Amino acid sequence: MNFLHPLALDLAVLALGLVLLLLEAFNDKEEKSFLGWIGITGIAVVFVLSFFVGPQQFATGELAQFYKADALALFFKRLALGTTLLVLIMALEFRPILSRYLPAIGKNAGLGEFFALPIFTCLGLMWMASAADFVMIFVSLELVTISFYVLVSYMRRSGASLEAGVKYLILGALSTGFFVYGITWIFGITGQTNLAEVGKALLKLPLSSETPVFFGMTLLFVGLGFKIAAAPFQLWVPDVYQGAPTPITALLSVGSKAAGFIVLIRVLEPFLNAPATADRMLYVLTALAVLSLIYGNLAAMPQLNLKRLLAYSSIAHAGYLLVALASWKTGHAPVTVSFYLAGYFLMTLLAFLVLIVVNKATGGDSIAHFNGLGQRAPFLAFAMLVAMLSLAGVPFTAGFLGKFFVFADAIQTGQWLLVGVGLVTVAAGFYYYLKVVRAMYWNVAKNTDPITISGLTQATIGVLIALIFLLGVWPQPILQMLK
Amino acid sequence: MLNLLIAIPIVAAIAILLGLCAKKTALFATALNLLLTLALVFQYNQQPGAAQYQFTSSLLLAPSWKLAFALGVDGLSLLMLLLTAIVGFAAVWVAPHPDKLERYPNLFYACLLFIIAGATGAFASLDLFFFYAFHELALIPTFLLIGIWGSGDRITAAWKITIYLALGSFVLLIGLLALYFSIPGADRTLNIPVLQALAMHGGIPQTPWIYLTLLIGFGILISLFPFHTWAPQAYASAPAPAAMLHAGVLKKFGLYGLLRVALPLMPGAAQHWTNLLLFLLAGNILYVGLVTIAQKRLDTMLGYSSVMHMGYIFLGIAAFNPLGLSGASLLMFAHGLSIAALFAITGAVRQRTGSLEFSKLGGLAKPMPFLGFTFGLAAFASIGLPGFANFAAELPIFFGAFSHAGKSLAFSNFQITTIIALWGVVISAVYMLRGYRAAFLGETDKRWNGLADLCACAQPAIILLLAVLLIAGFRPQPFVHLVTPTIKAVLAVPAK
Repeated sequence: MNFLHPLALDLAVLALGLVLLLLEAFNDKEEKSFLGWIGITGIAVVFVLSFFVGPQQFATGELAQFYKADALALFFKRLALGTTLLVLIMALEFRPILSRYLPAIGKNAGLGEFFALPIFTCLGLMWMASAADFVMIFVSLELVTISFYVLVSYMRRSGASLEAGVKYLILGALSTGFFVYGITWIFGITGQTNLAEVGKALLKLPLSSETPVFFGMTLLFVGLGFKIAAAPFQLWVPDVYQGAPTPITALLSVGSKAAGFIVLIRVLEPFLNAPATADRMLYVLTALAVLSLIYGNLAAMPQLNLKRLLAYSSIAHAGYLLVALASWKTGHAPVTVSFYLAGYFLMTLLAFLVLIVVNKATGGDSIAHFNGLGQRAPFLAFAMLVAMLSLAGVPFTAGFLGKFFVFADAIQTGQWLLVGVGLVTVAAGFYYYLKVVRAMYWNVAKNTDPITISGLTQATIGVLIALIFLLGVWPQPILQMLK
Repeated sequence: MLNLLIAIPIVAAIAILLGLCAKKTALFATALNLLLTLALVFQYNQQPGAAQYQFTSSLLLAPSWKLAFALGVDGLSLLMLLLTAIVGFAAVWVAPHPDKLERYPNLFYACLLFIIAGATGAFASLDLFFFYAFHELALIPTFLLIGIWGSGDRITAAWKITIYLALGSFVLLIGLLALYFSIPGADRTLNIPVLQALAMHGGIPQTPWIYLTLLIGFGILISLFPFHTWAPQAYASAPAPAAMLHAGVLKKFGLYGLLRVALPLMPGAAQHWTNLLLFLLAGNILYVGLVTIAQKRLDTMLGYSSVMHMGYIFLGIAAFNPLGLSGASLLMFAHGLSIAALFAITGAVRQRTGSLEFSKLGGLAKPMPFLGFTFGLAAFASIGLPGFANFAAELPIFFGAFSHAGKSLAFSNFQITTIIALWGVVISAVYMLRGYRAAFLGETDKRWNGLADLCACAQPAIILLLAVLLIAGFRPQPFVHLVTPTIKAVLAVPAK
């Protein structure tokens, strides 16, 4: 069944992005939503095709120097494709809100790039999944980041969106600086940019070089910590999440985080497998995990705006994912992280999709806008209920199984500090996720008109709900994929 | 068969959410469950030499974890399933008619059915993962039931119970995972019978702190002193059917877990904490008992009393001998029925009077003879009067605990605790009779003269609960026989 070369997927996405840009430029139609439909179809086709690609080892040749296509890479490619697919569906749903903030003449003008740019982000995410060399990592990281600079501040007449754009630009550029600086330190010591070669060099590292390498790696942590939204590099998260157009927030929260973690895994692997650096790396990971868990969960508790709440929850989930990485000694941390991200992908995107529909009907993102949703739109309320329960980690949802695996790893490797912190933060999570449930079911709506949902969105929500439950009791398909 | 038992309430709940007639569907589903459970009880092979776990089925879900959806029951689980089915049926029966519910009438019944499904699944699971998962599934319906349809300070109560129990469940999860990983690599499994066989050969390390984690985790769910503060308030605020299910059935999950998982797998580690458990359960009986006397409202009094009675069950479990354990199992069953009956009656009273403060009530038995009479019976059962199952269960617990004599002539810790527990019976008599007098006897306030008694259509639910209590009280042998093989298996594990 594996008749496709892995690169074909990346190239297909690249072609799709270019075609959309050209169509945008040379098509006279003012109504640009057909671009969204083309994008959705194209990404869906590539997503299906990705199952006809098997994990491969390139033993020799130019490609092997910088490109990997192992099971992990393929899994993260699929995750990127799936995220983009859902983000494009959200973008279609989000059109009316978006055009309110565009200085355009026509009602639907200026929307074209909004469908094309996420495809380039997707391409960057897919390359990140395959990157095996610092240069490749940097290039794909920049492709993602630069397309985000544009997308975050896309709503040009919204102050919040512009503020978000500036914050993301400045802090993103700063973190990129740290990242490159870290690469130069590591290159300076090991003389390599290829991660496999770096790993070999680390194994025979002279004692005097340990501290410089550690310093370089710490700088890399700054850059990647920004990407995965881990504390203490999380300052940008709440404002950018709140200000950016909601589909882009979803892409940031899932796509950017997933790609950050695959890069983190790739970069950390040589460091964690080399005895000279392993222990120190685990300390750093533990510290980041503790900070992210505590900060994300505690700061989420008083939030009144759902987008901000999801921003803090994104920090919190980065913490849980870091717990899995800090338990590296189990030998299957990448599998745990990937499974957790698969669940996170489903529940977070479901939450954002419902948020967009509710925002269209009620005109706001705050939790109070969900008041009485159980009466207005039982289906949407149920979908949000499932998303929140999964995020909180209630059994029979993908979120619970993710947390189960994470804490199983932590207990197996004796990370008792992290388990203890997790105890507090899981309880805190129940509070703030159920706050949304409380608004939907306990509180009464002022306006009780039913909310209409488009067919595509309804089907998407249904599929996401089903997948969350399915993955909550049957993890095998994902675990199989990662073998 | 067991799959069906779990599937029926879930399917019914989904059908109700999709718009089927709520009350009829829920009643039909719970009645079907009750019949199925009875069929299981009668089909269960009690011959000597028969397998402990019967009606087993298993569906492998994740080979790397040996995670399987494994179901099966033995005598103890059957007794708990029977309790779930009876209380579930009664709870749905006495639940207010959908037309009388202001909001989300269908969701109310769906939540009740989800709690029933969760409890059934937890009692029927033979896999630690699902054993845990099914119980926590019941958490969210409880949150909604108290939050939407609760009374009094429902908001605080709903948050408190949900977060407290989420925390307790997580402690339990940590304990279970620690137990899993303390087993040497190749033997690791989540399957409870396999784990029990392993424990028989000493294959499970007896680490004291892991047992303590399990004890605290289960203890929070059972409202073991001092982790009991979530319970009284939640039960006082919850709508009657939710309180019946939670106090009657769900709280037994923790006790069941001790008997099914913690004790048979780690009897050696359990011994380290016997004195601690005795101290805490004395707190349940004496401290919470005295707090119960001080209550000024009928619903909080019942809430505290249900916390207090957990102390007796803990005493039976701590005694860890055939008498104590069989008494504890029977008391789990009996207490579930009696507290459910009490909450059902209180709910009906609240619906009529709008208040449950003793100072405002009084003489209610005159306008409402049925409620007054049945409350009296249920209160007597709860105190432990002979003739009711509670007495038949408490007596062996006291004997079992007292038989742990010290080496010298002085009383052992067990005997001291038993004496305290015996005083507990007096305490329960004090508060139950005071509560009964304050609410149902004495002068009838003019306001209450015109109140209608419980309608004939709802009466059978309460009669059912009391009838089972009386049957088990006069003839406890079949129930004890049912759990005896389980208890023998628990006690057979060598404690090194």
